[in-house]
Amino acid sequence: MRIDPHHGVVGRAAPRTDALAQASGGLVYVDDLSYPSMLHGKILRSPQAHARIVSIDTSAAAALPGVHAVLTGADLPIAYGLLPVAQDEHALAIDKVRQVGDAVAAVAADDPDIAQRAVELIDVVYEPLPVVATMNDAVEIVDEPIHGDGPRNNRHREVSLDFGDVDAGFDRADHIREDVFFYQGNNHAALEPHGAVALVEDDGRLHLWSATQVPHYLHRIVAKVLEIPEHRIRVTANPTGGGFGAKTDVFAHELVAAKLALATGRPVKLILTREEVFYAHRGRHPVLMWIRTGFTGAGEITAMWFRTYVDGGAYGSYGPASLLYTGQLQTTTYRIPAYRFQGVRFFTNKPACGPKRGHGTPQPRFGLEVHLDKAAEDLGLDPVTIRERNLVHPFSTTVNHLRITSCGLADCIERVVEASEFRAKHRNLPPNRGIGLAVGAYMSGAGLPIYFNDMPQSEVLLKVDRGGLVTVYSMAADCGQGSTTMLATVVGEALGLDAADLAVVTADTDLTPIDLGSYSSRVTFMAGNAALEAAMKLADLILTAVADELELDTDDVRLGRGVVLAGDREIPWPDAVRMAEARWGLLTAAGSYKPPKGIRGDYKGAGVGPSPAYSYSACVAEVDCDPETGFVAVEQVWLAHDIGRAINPLLVRGQIEGSVHMALGETLMEEQAFRGALHDGPSLLDYKIPTALEMPPVEAILVESIDPEGPFGAKEVGQGPLLPVMPAVANAVHDALGIRVDEIPLRPDKILAALRDRERDGQGRYGPTDLPAYEFRPPLPVDPPPELR
Amino acid sequence: MLRLPVLRHAAPTSLDEAIARLSEDGAMLAAGGTDLVPNLKRRQYPEAKTIVSLRRVTGLDGVSVDDDGTLRIGAMTTVARLADDGAVPEVLREAAGAVASPQLRNRGTVGGNLCVDTRCHWLNVPETWREAAEPCLKAGGEMCWVAPAKKVCWAVSSSDLAPAMVALDASVRLAGPDGERTTPVAELYRDDGMDHLAKAPNEILVEVIVPPLGERRAGYRKLRRRGSIDFPILGVAAVLEIDGDVCTDARLVLGAVASAPVRVTAAEDLLTGRALDANVIQEAAELAGKAVRPMSNTDLTSRYRKKMVPVFVRRLLRDLVDA
Ligand SMILES: Cc1cc2nc3c(=O)[nH]c(=O)nc-3n(C[C@H](O)[C@H](O)[C@H](O)COP(=O)(O)OP(=O)(O)OC[C@H]3O[C@@H](n4cnc5c(N)ncnc54)[C@H](O)[C@@H]3O)c2cc1C
Repeated sequence: MRIDPHHGVVGRAAPRTDALAQASGGLVYVDDLSYPSMLHGKILRSPQAHARIVSIDTSAAAALPGVHAVLTGADLPIAYGLLPVAQDEHALAIDKVRQVGDAVAAVAADDPDIAQRAVELIDVVYEPLPVVATMNDAVEIVDEPIHGDGPRNNRHREVSLDFGDVDAGFDRADHIREDVFFYQGNNHAALEPHGAVALVEDDGRLHLWSATQVPHYLHRIVAKVLEIPEHRIRVTANPTGGGFGAKTDVFAHELVAAKLALATGRPVKLILTREEVFYAHRGRHPVLMWIRTGFTGAGEITAMWFRTYVDGGAYGSYGPASLLYTGQLQTTTYRIPAYRFQGVRFFTNKPACGPKRGHGTPQPRFGLEVHLDKAAEDLGLDPVTIRERNLVHPFSTTVNHLRITSCGLADCIERVVEASEFRAKHRNLPPNRGIGLAVGAYMSGAGLPIYFNDMPQSEVLLKVDRGGLVTVYSMAADCGQGSTTMLATVVGEALGLDAADLAVVTADTDLTPIDLGSYSSRVTFMAGNAALEAAMKLADLILTAVADELELDTDDVRLGRGVVLAGDREIPWPDAVRMAEARWGLLTAAGSYKPPKGIRGDYKGAGVGPSPAYSYSACVAEVDCDPETGFVAVEQVWLAHDIGRAINPLLVRGQIEGSVHMALGETLMEEQAFRGALHDGPSLLDYKIPTALEMPPVEAILVESIDPEGPFGAKEVGQGPLLPVMPAVANAVHDALGIRVDEIPLRPDKILAALRDRERDGQGRYGPTDLPAYEFRPPLPVDPPPELR
Repeated sequence: MLRLPVLRHAAPTSLDEAIARLSEDGAMLAAGGTDLVPNLKRRQYPEAKTIVSLRRVTGLDGVSVDDDGTLRIGAMTTVARLADDGAVPEVLREAAGAVASPQLRNRGTVGGNLCVDTRCHWLNVPETWREAAEPCLKAGGEMCWVAPAKKVCWAVSSSDLAPAMVALDASVRLAGPDGERTTPVAELYRDDGMDHLAKAPNEILVEVIVPPLGERRAGYRKLRRRGSIDFPILGVAAVLEIDGDVCTDARLVLGAVASAPVRVTAAEDLLTGRALDANVIQEAAELAGKAVRPMSNTDLTSRYRKKMVPVFVRRLLRDLVDA
């Protein structure tokens, strides 16, 4: 059922409900927690990238005055992993370390200095093993697989799928183009490092606070690893100082803090250093891609073959999903009648990669959008036309069985093209200036939960007190995206109340009903729908009670702004609430949300990619390049985003601007690079994030396609707007200099290398050419959905 | 957060007392601490026992100009002050304004900037990282990982002010246990990443003396990845005396390409006595490029940084000629 807002709460550019607390230092981050007699935890981490642990001697550390507990792998022997299919981690290493920074032992001590000295006193003897630093190493170094029982070529997962008749698609093509791209990995670099505090409450239950985006998954895994029933554990997610996906996994320090609190009976705090954050990682996967696409002379895609080689690092983490994401969403923007996707994820002895804003899709999106730009040039088409000729249709099904509903992509393109004067500028700007276009799409929440179950993904409980205060209870963890404000706004709109007048209790497993977490851009769509359902039920209770009390027809009673309009009377909200409580007893209402069935295919891998709705974005970037230094200055970015409906336009714009900043960092400078298996510089001085000086003006354009299933028609904005920025800038650099850097980041030295290549009569290209010597399985044929057969 | 090692803190109130404290075993001088403290947190100075702060010694900050135009800058003058002071020649203000970030310039001092430790990406990393890599020569190990063939440390001189001061032929006044001495800034440095200052550890820089610039033209250009925060990966300072069309004197100094600022005398000689047309400037720029060999020990590739030397030199010289 579509519900339109009419109280003026949704759609208002109001500041976040916690804005003042955030700006004035009032928000309680995990590192702000402090308890009497609290101990400080510290983890000893491996200096070896790949080694067998021969022995660990903790006696000197245990004997140090002020040390209260020392743990090793033997104390936490149960393997875990966020995905049921990737249970390959231990809180503290057992037998073997697989990356520099693997947790090996841990202490709790009176203060951080003693804890630091204590870990230095732990003596670990390692027997070094061959180090797998690259994907080529993964294929070639076969004597000691990183995971003992794993395949010798360190292959973690492989996908090989054919949707429709790919060979026939290429046969009927007038033009076929092939390209190879590389997208370097990068870190989320949230300003707040990860951290946790644990203590045993008076009732003997374990209470764990963490800077996490996924309190529910953390709850489950703590129960599993510590062998404590879930009802004996309470997890509270503190507001995070940035997440971006960094805090969607479960980490050693969380389990260790909990175990140390149990071992000592005292509160324990464990906050990571920046170096440890780079080792915990779970950031963007480095992806090497090979793309082959067939086109008709008019630029219509006839078939696409997409191969991805994904460098996963030392553990599975979200990897099986990340791998599928490198292939699944290409079809959400363009009609691809026949599609072959082959992807492989390797283990290497580096920090494990995982989900970062856009999870697995920015890399192929970069490749695809640059590839299309090149194809347009081959075919004598302009970048707008080639995209328009292939645009996905609203309310259609893709060849890989994704259900597309509302789609404002055509509008998005038109709006950015117009605002930026793209058509007039493209190929016509002065020397060294250029303009580029690209598009993207993202899920409004993953259709399936992380672990298989048939229960709702989001639940919301409302409770009303006699003063009229409505409290919203939801496990949604605000990772800075504003989910708390969103909940208040949705409920406020439904009840005619100001968002700022509601109370919202979030992210606590004792107090709040399930929300699976702040990942996959799912919260507005899913928790928002659950909140809306609860609010509609509550409204019904109140309106019925008022109608009964005043002996009116229910049709004559409706909600106004802060009042119930009953016939010709205006009943103040608190009075109406009291009438309802007298009638029904305690006023509560609950809502839940589960994505609809039938939005996915039934092939292996079909669980990754489906979403109840996709957001769409189009981006134009204008650049000014210095051909002597290779520096690229991004002068302006125009970004149109199909948000469905802007619940709060201010927060939507904030997400767009933040996405552009993060995207420009990835495009130009951020990289999680390695010297061998050693991080190239685990600090925020060496890891380059653009400063305010590098940030160009952003014109954010909101396109509202009003999704039929989103709460008030809303879709996501947390991740989608990032996607088209990297390729838009790369395409702009091509327009400016006539070169192609087929590799992210577009570092100045690579720009110069491409210019040099052109001088030498080359193509003016810098980028990868070779692929790992890895043979994919023959693709498994999947029938396209009936309407595409 | 990385934590400081446990240290003693001394806050002497006179220069003599500071020198005395600094003469003790394991003493290190702190001015603004913006270089010292992060280095200490990364455990780059295992021998450090006491931090001797200069902040309570009075009379060490401020900028003044003598009657003959000589500029005197107290060692404790903040970099921000130098960047803002109208009495300071443009070239120094440019260099000071390019240091680090606004916050660090508010805290960092001119003396600390000239004495800032040399840097290398095998060294300026947390101790746990260095252990994983095996400590390099400067971190107490056996080998330099940048150029393992020789037992030499290639850590980079990373001060923005140093090349500008050398180009201006500035001097520093140093106070030590045996009294004071004044030495050209150029002679304050040694091209040795391990031990880059040609002064005793208990000598304190108290003042920088900059001869008047007069009619000469001077400028500073900096290469770094971002518009703020980043250390230089190349600094170019030049001072030109131009009479009519002809250059009658030139000083050209490169920063962040070796363990000390590098004066490119070959280019200076080439420029002197010539009309500075595009060809001459290009030739001088190329000579500068040939004079240095940046190593793979800081941001961006060594090859790239070497290529940027002539570009930055040419651009600066052209700007000065056109000015
Ligand atoms: C993130 C970051 C970025 C930076 N970027 C730059 C940059 O772009 N350019 C740049 O030039 N610097 C940069 N720096 C380094 C530093 O901040 C500046 O050089 C600053 O001016 C140093 O001054 P200070 O007073 O803080 O020095 P301190 O840290 O107090 O001292 C630095 C060194 O000099 C010695 N010292 C200090 N004063 C004296 C004195 N009077 N006599 C003798 N020895 C002395 C100290 O013992 C110490 O070894 C950066 C630092 C950081 C942390």
